[in-house]
Amino acid sequence: MIQVFTFYLFATFVIASGVMTIASRNPVHSVLWLILAFFNAAGLFLLIGAEFLAFLLVIVYVGAVAVLFLFVVMMLDVDFAELRAGFANYLFPGLLLAVVLLAEMIVALVARNAGGLSLAADQAAPVANAPANIVALGTMLYSRYLFIFEAAGIVLLVAMIGAIVLTHRKRSDVRPQSIDRQVRRRPKDAVRNMQPGVGQGVEL
Amino acid sequence: MIGLGHYLTVGAILFVLGVFGIFLNRKNVIVILMAIELILLAVNINLVAFSVFLHNMVGQVFAMFVLTVAAAEAAIGLAILVIYFRGRGTIAVDDINQMKG
Repeated sequence: MIQVFTFYLFATFVIASGVMTIASRNPVHSVLWLILAFFNAAGLFLLIGAEFLAFLLVIVYVGAVAVLFLFVVMMLDVDFAELRAGFANYLFPGLLLAVVLLAEMIVALVARNAGGLSLAADQAAPVANAPANIVALGTMLYSRYLFIFEAAGIVLLVAMIGAIVLTHRKRSDVRPQSIDRQVRRRPKDAVRNMQPGVGQGVEL
Repeated sequence: MIGLGHYLTVGAILFVLGVFGIFLNRKNVIVILMAIELILLAVNINLVAFSVFLHNMVGQVFAMFVLTVAAAEAAIGLAILVIYFRGRGTIAVDDINQMKG
C-alpha cells in the first residue's frame, strides 16, 4: 500500500513541477521547478529498483545541468517580461498539439492493455537472487558495452572542449599573468652586481 | 498495484508537457532548453520502466547514455546562448534569422 501511495506522490510531484517549469513567469523559478521534477523522477526510479540511475539523475542533473542552467539564467541580463509577450498567441496551437499527442499515447496504451500484441510477458515480480542494480549495470557497462561507454566519454569531452572554445574570448584590456615569461626569466637578465666607487654613483 | 502502464503514463504526460512547453515559450530559448530536458527525462522514465518490467538491463544502460547526451547538449546549448547574448544583447529566438535558414 505504501508503495502505491509513494508512486502517486512522486508521479504527482513530477507532473506538477513539469507544469510549473513551462508555465512559471520567471526562468529562475523554472529552473528550481525543474530541479524538483528531477528529484521526484529519481524517487520514481528508486521505487522501481533502478538505484544507480536515480543517483545519476540527482548527481548529473541536479548537481551539474540544473546549476549550469541557473548560472546562465542569472548571468544573462535579459528582459524576461518582453520574452513572454507572445505567450497567449502560441497557447491554442500548442494546446491542440499537446492534446493530440497525449490522445495518441493514451490510445496506444489502451490498445496495449487490451492485450493486442503480445511480444513478451511483463511481470514485475523481481527475479529471485538477482544481482544488485549497480552490480548488474556495472557488469554490462564494463564488458559488453565498454566501447559505447568510452564513446559516451568522448561525447562529454567534445562537449566540454566545444563549450570552452565557444565561450572563451581574448580580452585586450586586461594584463593576465604570463607564467612562461616568468619562468623563462633568469637572474642575469634582471640583476647586476656592481661595486661603484665613492662619489661615482651607479649607471642604470 | 503499480504496473508498467502507470510509469508509461507518467512518461507520456511529461513528454507532452515538454512539447507543449516548447510551443508555449517560443521566444525564450532557455525555457525551450528546459523543456527539452523534460522530454529527455520522459524518455528515460520509459526506458527504465521497460528495462525493469522486462528484466533487461540494456534499457538502463541506454538511459545512461541518454543522460550523457542530455548533459552534453545542455552544455553546448547554453554556450551557444551565452555567445549569442554577447553579440546581440538579447536571446529572443524570433530574431534569429541572420543565416536566413
